[in-house]
Amino acid sequence: MSEFFTISVLVATVASAMRFATPYLLAALGETVGQRSGVLNLGVDGVMLLGAFFAYWTVLETDSRLLGVGVGLAVGLVMGVVYATVTLVFKAEQGISGIGVYLFGLGMSELLFLKQVGIPRGIPSFDDLKIPLLGDIPHIGDMFFNHSILVYLAVLMVPVLTLVVNRTTLGLNIRAVGESPEAADSLGVSVYRTRAFAMLVGNGLAGLAGAALTIELGTFQNNLTNGIGFIAVALVYFGAWRPAGVLAGSLLYGLITATVTQWKTLGIVTGATASLTTTAPAVLTVVALAIIARRSADQPAALTVPFSRDG
Amino acid sequence: MKKSLMFVVALLATFGLVAAACGDDNANNNNASVGTTAAPDTSDGSDMAEPSCVGPEGVRVAIVAPSAENDLAFTQSIVDGVERLTGVSDDVAITPGTFIVEDAGVALRQYAEDGYDLVIGHGSQYGGLIQEIAPDFPDTAFAWGTAVDTFGLPNVSAYTAASNEGGYVLGTLAGALGDNIGIVGPIEVGDAKLYVDGFKLGAEAFGVEGVSVVYTESFSDVQLASETATGFVNNGADILTGTAQMTVGAISVAENENVLWFGTQSNQTPAAADGVVAANQVYRWEVALQQLVDDFADCVLGGESYEINLANGGLVIEYGNWDVPAEITELADATIAAVIAGEVDTLAG
Repeated sequence: MSEFFTISVLVATVASAMRFATPYLLAALGETVGQRSGVLNLGVDGVMLLGAFFAYWTVLETDSRLLGVGVGLAVGLVMGVVYATVTLVFKAEQGISGIGVYLFGLGMSELLFLKQVGIPRGIPSFDDLKIPLLGDIPHIGDMFFNHSILVYLAVLMVPVLTLVVNRTTLGLNIRAVGESPEAADSLGVSVYRTRAFAMLVGNGLAGLAGAALTIELGTFQNNLTNGIGFIAVALVYFGAWRPAGVLAGSLLYGLITATVTQWKTLGIVTGATASLTTTAPAVLTVVALAIIARRSADQPAALTVPFSRDG
Repeated sequence: MKKSLMFVVALLATFGLVAAACGDDNANNNNASVGTTAAPDTSDGSDMAEPSCVGPEGVRVAIVAPSAENDLAFTQSIVDGVERLTGVSDDVAITPGTFIVEDAGVALRQYAEDGYDLVIGHGSQYGGLIQEIAPDFPDTAFAWGTAVDTFGLPNVSAYTAASNEGGYVLGTLAGALGDNIGIVGPIEVGDAKLYVDGFKLGAEAFGVEGVSVVYTESFSDVQLASETATGFVNNGADILTGTAQMTVGAISVAENENVLWFGTQSNQTPAAADGVVAANQVYRWEVALQQLVDDFADCVLGGESYEINLANGGLVIEYGNWDVPAEITELADATIAAVIAGEVDTLAG
């Protein structure tokens, strides 16, 4: 165990945690906005897969990573329009339609990958970007300030969304339609429009999360997300529907995963113990959700409840 | 009216997407062609026709596999193997991505009901299903792998890969090219474990002490494979290898970090730039499957267990796109010969 507690290994572990956490954070932040407006989206993983595939394909064809990120975001926005149509216009049950979106994303991304690309081929990732001054701080700099631009983007979204949700009229409307859509409607807030906007943001960030994942990994594979979108939904509950809480949950999840991985590569845990420690992140999620269940007062009151002016 | 119109538009848009994706390429669809060989010529010049269980179109083969047919790993190896068979129908059906055993069970049974001659469950997790389903379809040949157990059923065959052999050869080459090796394994079972054990033994036999093995406990977690490989590189690894479909993440790390990669199951050279993939152990499942197909023509539906290995050509070493030094090819040839001759032990324990 002593080899784990060396500066270089600890720095590498925290840096790895940041990379692990990035797609979870982006997807969970988007889902937070959606749920604050009262809409649950269990299709996050599917949207991530579509965003990941189209971003991957774009980078493969154009060699432009920025364009790939933009395409991933755009695909998420398109899926946001689709999901808003399904849940707001057709008033479909949110849990079921979310699963439908997931299955659509899973199947369509696999089909398109098979037809348009064929086999996994490498794409360029973003180079690490050292933040001036901060990046030069011994050890801390390598942990937090020497990462891909996508890592910074994800972390930057936390204060931005916190500000938007808590300090702007738009954020107030989002919270209002998530708590009491009828009351918001009576005060002249367009519930449909506000929820649709929240879904665009949520799905857009899910698409961005998929793009971040594939570009950071430098490749694509079928079912690349491997359930990240579902963990992201759990992290929203973990974070009590607050961006900062979601950040904490994502980092904790990433840190545990990175630590377990590091222990295994160093040979600190082997055999059955190694297999057992691999379950740690999942166990954490379950335990966290069990704890969070006590804080259900934080949950938007109208979450999963469709709104209809007709009552 | 507006709602109805929107619904129709949405439906059409979805249909358009699917149609565009399918295009004019009918390969790899569930009932698509992956093998285009002609039906076997059963004429022997005599007037007496031999009894045959095969129709004029050849043996109809169906595959149920746990991952995608383009995974550059386990599933692709069986699809490529079936492509190389002779005497099979053009109508090869594939149901990929059935890691969930219950889903695979539905597909296996459906293929048997649909009249496929040879139904392959390509995954050791499918054994229980084959054992349960095969007795219900005595005229259908079933095969599964990687495994050796036919359950005593006359219409079940098993096949396996001695991946430890190629693993040992590649491990020896890795030992000649580097001195710190990281191995990214999925779950410690089947041909994955054999490969990892063989690779480790080969490298250690060459004198390498720094061989680290991590099983990520997942066949599909690309991100975990990537971070595991990054961890190895951070700890000084100059050679990486791994097995299963999640290794594309590790291959990407090898490319970015400028270390060599050794592949297995399929030829993984296209997954990275030239010079990254040093060599691959490639499964040639047709060596085993061709015997099944030929047996089927003689109305023998199973009961045998087959192995692909270096000696029978079921395992072959293919180099990546780089200028392979002569001493490396000589070392590989000598090691292969030693393994085939049984002069080295490629099995751990």
